[in-house]
Amino acid sequence: MAGSTQFSAWSLLRRAFGGSWPEQWRSPEPRDAYDVVIVGAGGHGLATAYYLASEHGIRDIAVLDKGWLGGGNTGRNTTIIRSNYLWDESAAIYEHALKLWEGLSQALNYNVMYSPRGVMMLAHNHHDVQVFRRHVHANRLQGIDNEWLTPEQAKAFCPPLDIGGTVRYPVLGAALQRRGGVARHDAVAWGYARAASALGVDIIQNCAVTGIDRGADGAVTGVATTRGSIRTRKIGVVAAGHTSVLMAMAGVRMPLESFPLQALVSEPVKPVMPCVVMSNTIHAYISQSDKGELVIGAGTDVYTSYSQAGGPHIASHTLEAICELFPTFPRLRMLRNWGGIVDCTPDRSPIIGLTPVAGLFVNCGWGTGGFKATPGSGHVFAATIARGEPHKIAAPFSLDRFRTGRLIDEAAAAAVSH
Amino acid sequence: MLLIPCPWCGPRPENEFRHGGEAHVIRPADPGSVTDTEWADFLYHRTNPKGVHAERWRHSHGCGRFFNCVRDTVTDRIVSTYKPGESRPE
Repeated sequence: MAGSTQFSAWSLLRRAFGGSWPEQWRSPEPRDAYDVVIVGAGGHGLATAYYLASEHGIRDIAVLDKGWLGGGNTGRNTTIIRSNYLWDESAAIYEHALKLWEGLSQALNYNVMYSPRGVMMLAHNHHDVQVFRRHVHANRLQGIDNEWLTPEQAKAFCPPLDIGGTVRYPVLGAALQRRGGVARHDAVAWGYARAASALGVDIIQNCAVTGIDRGADGAVTGVATTRGSIRTRKIGVVAAGHTSVLMAMAGVRMPLESFPLQALVSEPVKPVMPCVVMSNTIHAYISQSDKGELVIGAGTDVYTSYSQAGGPHIASHTLEAICELFPTFPRLRMLRNWGGIVDCTPDRSPIIGLTPVAGLFVNCGWGTGGFKATPGSGHVFAATIARGEPHKIAAPFSLDRFRTGRLIDEAAAAAVSH
Repeated sequence: MLLIPCPWCGPRPENEFRHGGEAHVIRPADPGSVTDTEWADFLYHRTNPKGVHAERWRHSHGCGRFFNCVRDTVTDRIVSTYKPGESRPE
């Protein structure tokens, strides 16, 4: 791999005895023109660039970011991976991603620490039970693993869970996807950045896009940035919470609203959580990182905001639920909490594809659950940009569905409240 | 948690309120003559600005009434609130 070390057990061992680590991606100055400009160097944007270069032979690409790569939602999420969505369209794209996760470390020659430790979703009331069992049946028809557990089986799979009769939120059962799990979020961004850079992709950090230029025919001709103008015929906007702002530069109104979503981590402790546990009804999710920190996800604030903070009462609500479900955890201290800005669509499904502006493509609307889709999202978006028409998995997620009414309503169907 | 000045009840904590989405989104006067594109704009497309924004709130655990609010979405600072039917302040 040009310009960076090919990692192997031997190369890691040799480095352990001395020598400095070389930079894993280039930091070039922006050139005047590129075939494709990707706006947003998060996981989805970097994956898009990587698959454009590796599968479609388009290597004249710039990935621009107003900050550091992976510094937005990619570095702020709770890293949960699963594919047991209800609707066939959703299951198709998340399962496409999950299959890519399974071979991603080898494909990128970079350890993204994908760990299929199982994602278990708790049912606390009769409605939850019905919804999750419906998911299990739908997933079985889709060929996706998802199984129903009794409370005792849930307890056996996750021993710290309290299923006792006096608990405030009784556990009536759980849906378990064993292939679900977690990955190291930063490594995903770094791995894609390194592999894309080695294929010739220019990753340009601290370069904010300030305008989208269009020609007399309306098609895009380039972008204005804080580091000068860049000419291009194809722009892929992969900007998460800031998508509305960027698309407004091209005069496109989006069916998006941006909300703060919070997460927090505890002090590191020895392994206590063997899996990921999610609770939709009382809104808490929790897993344990390899460093030992409990990684906890809260819900969104109710109002739109770009503040990357969120109200403390939202996080408190989640911690109260965690302490009820896991009675051994209340004495843990929380080390850090933070917020990210998530872009939510009315049907809580993403938007991937073409826009009314020729040459302008968009990949957004992943809301509170985009990390799990990173490889699949980048893969189908790269094909969409390369061919100028939607990849078949991306096609149902067109921007046009809000005009035709063919919504993919995971707002009601998703296993977590988005 | 925001401290939101209800135009009728005065400043109250955020958890007494429900957020009502973008303000001044007007339903088409003659729904039968509206194109799918215009319906999509009314139903789904939102300004979602980074900066000063007009939104609706409902004082659901108070007077129960809707009102409008101008807030900066970067700082979350509330500029002003005003009653429904009133135009957005400058």
